[in-house]
Amino acid sequence: MPNQDRQHPAFYAVLVTLVFMAVGPICLMFINSFKLDVDILSGTSGLLFMPTLQNYETALCDVLPYEPDHLEYCSLKIGGSFTNSLIISIVSTALTLVIGCMAAYALVRFRFMGRDVASMTTLAVRMLPPAVLLVPVFGLWNNEFCIDKDSFVGELIRDTFGGRGDICLAGTHSGIILVYIAMNLPFVIWILQSFIVQVPRQLEEAARMDGAGPFQVFFLVVLPLIRPGLAAAAIFAFRIAWNEYLLASALSDRDTKTVPILIVNNMSEFNIEWGVIMATGMLLAIPPIIFTLLASRQIITGMTAGAVKG
Amino acid sequence: MNRMTPYLFMAPAAVIIVITLLYPLGYMVYGSFRDWDPSQTIGETEWVGLRNYIVLYGDPAFRESMWVTLKFAFWVVTVEMILGVGLALLLDRNLRGMSLLRTLFILPMMIAPVVVGLMWRYMYHPTVGTINRWLKEFGFSGVDWLGQHALLSVIIADVWQWTPFIFILSLAALQSLPSSAIEAARMDGATNWQAIWHIKLPLMMPVLIVTCLLRLIDAFKVLEVILVLTEGGPGLSTEILALRISRTATEFRELGTAAAMSGYLMLLLMTLTAAMFIYTKLVERRAQRLARMVAEAE
Repeated sequence: MPNQDRQHPAFYAVLVTLVFMAVGPICLMFINSFKLDVDILSGTSGLLFMPTLQNYETALCDVLPYEPDHLEYCSLKIGGSFTNSLIISIVSTALTLVIGCMAAYALVRFRFMGRDVASMTTLAVRMLPPAVLLVPVFGLWNNEFCIDKDSFVGELIRDTFGGRGDICLAGTHSGIILVYIAMNLPFVIWILQSFIVQVPRQLEEAARMDGAGPFQVFFLVVLPLIRPGLAAAAIFAFRIAWNEYLLASALSDRDTKTVPILIVNNMSEFNIEWGVIMATGMLLAIPPIIFTLLASRQIITGMTAGAVKG
Repeated sequence: MNRMTPYLFMAPAAVIIVITLLYPLGYMVYGSFRDWDPSQTIGETEWVGLRNYIVLYGDPAFRESMWVTLKFAFWVVTVEMILGVGLALLLDRNLRGMSLLRTLFILPMMIAPVVVGLMWRYMYHPTVGTINRWLKEFGFSGVDWLGQHALLSVIIADVWQWTPFIFILSLAALQSLPSSAIEAARMDGATNWQAIWHIKLPLMMPVLIVTCLLRLIDAFKVLEVILVLTEGGPGLSTEILALRISRTATEFRELGTAAAMSGYLMLLLMTLTAAMFIYTKLVERRAQRLARMVAEAE
């Protein structure tokens, strides 16, 4: 029996190439984010340059406690967008998890009328491209899902926050959060189902014998047991919400725009400031990268659970 | 236990899916039959029947966009399936650093598509971009990536980001195969290739088909990478349907037309999914018949 760990040298060469190809572009962006535009564009590729934090200072100028020397005014206000991105993705992830968990539990553990319809629907809406949602959501959020400014609640909000016209979902954090919850729900329900199936029924029955109601059983017995599944689902939901551009750009206004919108807006200019834009890109990429490094096992389990069960 | 309990558990999800996905979907279909621009509420618009659909059907630019979408989806899924499954077969060994390797491989798919577009836009840059710089270093002439070969460039970027997805799923499928079947084949003197071709791939088939379907559905969702890389250009060469819909809605402000485009996109997706679903059933039935024949022969 040959040693399983020893491989042909060519195999390792292939391996190194693969890793290089997978991580290379990310490293390139990382390195370039510490270069001045002069160095990026000069054509001397490689590692011989003076690393500088200037790009990050430019990108983060509105949250820095001091004023960077090289800047005359702060044009790229990433701080606010960053806060928006954080609020929107954290709130939507949390809500998606709670709501999705409950639905998945019902689909796995109960036999009820309409169960098949519900199950088929969650499966079917999973294939909806965001672009298809764009038009109707844009129309609805701007014109139909509104509170009349003359109504009692409308007046109350008007008086508190100011502004003119009806109060609509478009342009608010909640408008975007609602869309992201809906976009993530089908997937989260699907993944969690495969984890809930594995929870032994006896545990739930024992808890019920001790007098726990269905909601107690769910929150105190089932939820703690499917923690790995929850972690995986949370990462996927967060990833979608954190990275999404299209619907956010249609539904946000000046004050609620997220980081991806900022990047796209700055990419369509004629003169791209590569250093700054790559620093911004890096800031957007760092949270998902950290999650991946910390929880790659959960991510992989989640991915396979989501697909193999289908 | 109360009879209402399951409904209470389902209610929040059901309400959100109905309000935010199903109702808008109906709204979109309704809007696609109307002459609709963003300044109007849908009640004020004029009913035009199938006009939006008919006009689009006769519009060469729209047809081109449909065709680009299909080409993009076909090539992306094909290349990624071949590469991903190939890599999984190659790397299905007892390696020490395997978990680290898998972690590094999934990095690209966790990063925002917008950022992926940004990275590749830099690498494709005609003069300062990494790829052309290297090509020149080795004596080749630079390639006009985002101009002449825009569709290819966009496909490469997507392949870079999503091949790992197929790789991970196929690897998981490979590692859950019954080792007895492969061992038996080996005992009968099957070569590595024969074992792959006659044992491993057929056994992986169910997972592969699901993976392929998931990827196909996702290929129709791609938008941001292309938006950042080429903005659909040059000309219409990379303007996939999703991009055209968003442009029609936000730039040209023709919501009715954009809704009809969305309708076409949904039709296309549903047709493809249904076709794949039927194909899967056929494959399954054939496999079952084969198994029965073998059993009867014995």
